[in-house]
Amino acid sequence: MAAGLSEQTPLDEAVPKGGLAGAGRALASAGLQRLRQGELGSLPVIVGLIIIWGYFESQQGVYLSARNLSNLVLQIASTGAVAIGIVMVLLLGEIDLSVGSVAGLCSAILGVLIVNTGWPWWAAIIVILFTGAAVGAFQGAWFAVVGVPSFVVTLAGFLGWQGVQLRVLGSTGTVNVFEPHIGAIAQSYLPDYWGWIIGVGAAGGYALTVLTEQARRRRAGLPAPPIVVAFFRIAVVAVIAVASVEILNSFSGVPTAGVILLGLVIFFSVVMTRTKFGRYVFAVGGNAEAARRAGINVVRIRIAVFALAGVMAAIGGLIFVSRLTAASTQTGAGTFLLEAIAAAVIGGTSLFGGRGSVWSALLGALVIGSVANGLDLLAQPPEIKYMVEGAILGAAVTVDAVSRRGRAAAGRG
Amino acid sequence: MPNDQQSMGGGGGDTAASAGSRRPLLELKGISKRFGAVQALTEVDFEVDLGEVVALVGDNGAGKTTLIKCVAGTHQPDAGTIYFDGREVKIQTPSDATRLGIETVYQDLALCDNLDVVANMYLGRERLEPADVGFLAELEMEKASLDVLRGLNVTTIGSVRTKVAALSGGQRQSVAISRAVMWNSRILLLDEPTAALGVAQTEQVHALIKRLREQGLGVVVISHNIQEVFEVSDRIVVLRLGRLVATFRQQETTPEDVVAAIVGARREAA
Repeated sequence: MAAGLSEQTPLDEAVPKGGLAGAGRALASAGLQRLRQGELGSLPVIVGLIIIWGYFESQQGVYLSARNLSNLVLQIASTGAVAIGIVMVLLLGEIDLSVGSVAGLCSAILGVLIVNTGWPWWAAIIVILFTGAAVGAFQGAWFAVVGVPSFVVTLAGFLGWQGVQLRVLGSTGTVNVFEPHIGAIAQSYLPDYWGWIIGVGAAGGYALTVLTEQARRRRAGLPAPPIVVAFFRIAVVAVIAVASVEILNSFSGVPTAGVILLGLVIFFSVVMTRTKFGRYVFAVGGNAEAARRAGINVVRIRIAVFALAGVMAAIGGLIFVSRLTAASTQTGAGTFLLEAIAAAVIGGTSLFGGRGSVWSALLGALVIGSVANGLDLLAQPPEIKYMVEGAILGAAVTVDAVSRRGRAAAGRG
Repeated sequence: MPNDQQSMGGGGGDTAASAGSRRPLLELKGISKRFGAVQALTEVDFEVDLGEVVALVGDNGAGKTTLIKCVAGTHQPDAGTIYFDGREVKIQTPSDATRLGIETVYQDLALCDNLDVVANMYLGRERLEPADVGFLAELEMEKASLDVLRGLNVTTIGSVRTKVAALSGGQRQSVAISRAVMWNSRILLLDEPTAALGVAQTEQVHALIKRLREQGLGVVVISHNIQEVFEVSDRIVVLRLGRLVATFRQQETTPEDVVAAIVGARREAA
C-alpha cells in the first residue's frame, strides 16, 4: 500500500535534491500536475488580469497610477461583496438573480431609516443585514422546500424586490445619505501604518498557516507538497501584499472598503473550505442525492446559502450607498447584478455547481472592474463597455463549459 | 471508530443455517411487500450471519432490490418480522438500519465527484478539531481513511486527496464499500457491485468482498452474474416473482441448477 501511495504522489517525490535547479524542477512538476488534472485554479484569471492591465497602461499612461488603482479598489468593493454571495450560490449549483434588487432594496431601507426616520447608523445597518438574510432565506425556502427552480424564484425576486425598493424610496426616488459613519465605509482610507500592519499581518498569517499545515502533515506521516512550493506561494502572497500597500499608501492609503472586501473574502473562504457547512455546500452542489443519503439536511443548507447571498447583497448595497452618498432607484439596478455574476464566473467558479472558490469573487470583480475602469479612462461610451464585458463573460463561461466537457471526457465527471 | 471490526465470526463457509446453537445476526421471517397491484415479495424468509457472503439472485422484477430496501429501511414490509441479533427490530428509516450496523451500497454509489476520497468517506460524519471553532480535522480524517483503505487492501488509489471524479469505476466502488464498512457496520448490502465494471476492476471488488468476509462482516450481494455468484458467495438465495424459490450452498451446486431455479425450470426445497 505504501508503495502504491507514494508512487502516484508526484508532489511528494519531487522533494528538491538541493540547489536552484532542484527547486525549479519541483515547482515545474507541481505546476504540471495541476495542469494535467485540469485544475488550473486562478492562474488563467491572473494572466488575463495582467494582460488587461498591460493593455490599458499602454493605451493610457495613468491607468496603473496609484490614484487610479485606489479608485479601482473602491469601484469593485460593492460588486465583489455581492459576488461572494453569488459564488456560494453557484457552488450549490444554483443561481440567484435577485441580489441586485436585494442590494437596491437594502440601500433604500438604509437611506430611509437614517435620513427620514433618524435611526442611528448602526441600527439601520443591522436592519438591512437582517432584511437581506430574511429575503434570501425566503427565496431559498421557496426553492428548497416548494421545489420551484431557483432561477425562477430569484427572477421573480429580481422584479418584486425592485418594486419594493421603489415603494420604499417613495416619490422623490433618491435619498441623500450624508451620515459620516456610513460615508466612512467607502470614502475613508487607513493611515499608512495601519495599511502596513494589515498587509504584513495578512502575509504573515498566510505564511504561518501554510507552514503549520506543512509541518503537521509531515508529523502525521502524510504526503506534503515540497517545501519550495510552499515558499513560492508565501513569496507571491508577500510580494502582492507589500506592493499593494506601498502603491495605495503612495496615494491616500489603503481604502477601508478594500480591507472590508478582503476580510469578507478571507472569512468566507475559510468557512467554505474548513468547516462542515462549507463541505456540505460543495457536497450538495456536487451530488445533492448523495448528500441527502449521507444524512446532510439539504434543505437547510440551501436555505442558509441563499440567506448568506442576501446578507452579502445587503453589504454590497451598504458599500454602494456609502460611495455615492445616496440611495436611489438606480442603486443595484442596471448591470450591477450581471457584473456580480460575471465576476464569480470569470474568477473561475463553475456555473454547474460544486467547483470554485470564494477568491474568484475578488479576482473576477478585479477583472470586470479593471475593464470598466480602463474603458472609462479611454472615454469609451457605455455601448462599448457592455459589448466588452459581455464578450469577457461569454469567454469565461465557455472556458468553464469546455473544461467541464474535458473532465467528463477524461472520466472525471 | 473506523476500522474497528476485528475478526469476529468464523471463517468463510460457516453458514448460519448449520450453526443451530445460535441464531444468525439478521433474520427475516415471512416478509411480504405490495406496491399497488404488484405483489413484490410474498412471505420471504432470509438470513445472513457474520462472516458469510450471501448472493441474492433472480430475474428482473424478482424482488431482490425490494428485499434489500426492506432491510435498509427504505421500504417498510407489509407483513413479516425482522430479527437482529435475536431480537425483533423495526427498521423504519435508513438511519435505523445504520444504527444497527446495516449499511447499503446502491448501484449509483452516491459519491460526490467534486470532493476527494477523504471527504466522501466522511461525508455527513465529519470529524472536527478538538478545542477549535469547528474546523474540520482534515489530517485525522485523511489518516483514518488511509488506514481503512489499507486494512481492506484497496491499494490502487494513488492519493486519498484525489477527487472521486478522477477514479475508475472499480476504485469508486471500492471507496463506496470502504465508506460503508468503516462505521462499525456488521451487515453490508451490495446492489450489483460490479454491474458496470471491467474485468480487472471486477476482480478488485471481488477481492474486497472476500476481505470483508475475512474481517467477519455479513455481506449480501445482489448479482445478475452467475460466475460472480460462484466466485464470491457461500450461499445462493434465488428469488422468483417475489417468492424465495431456492437456497443453495455454493460448494454443493452448479451454475446450471441456479439458472434453472432463476428461470423456474425446476424447483428446489428452500
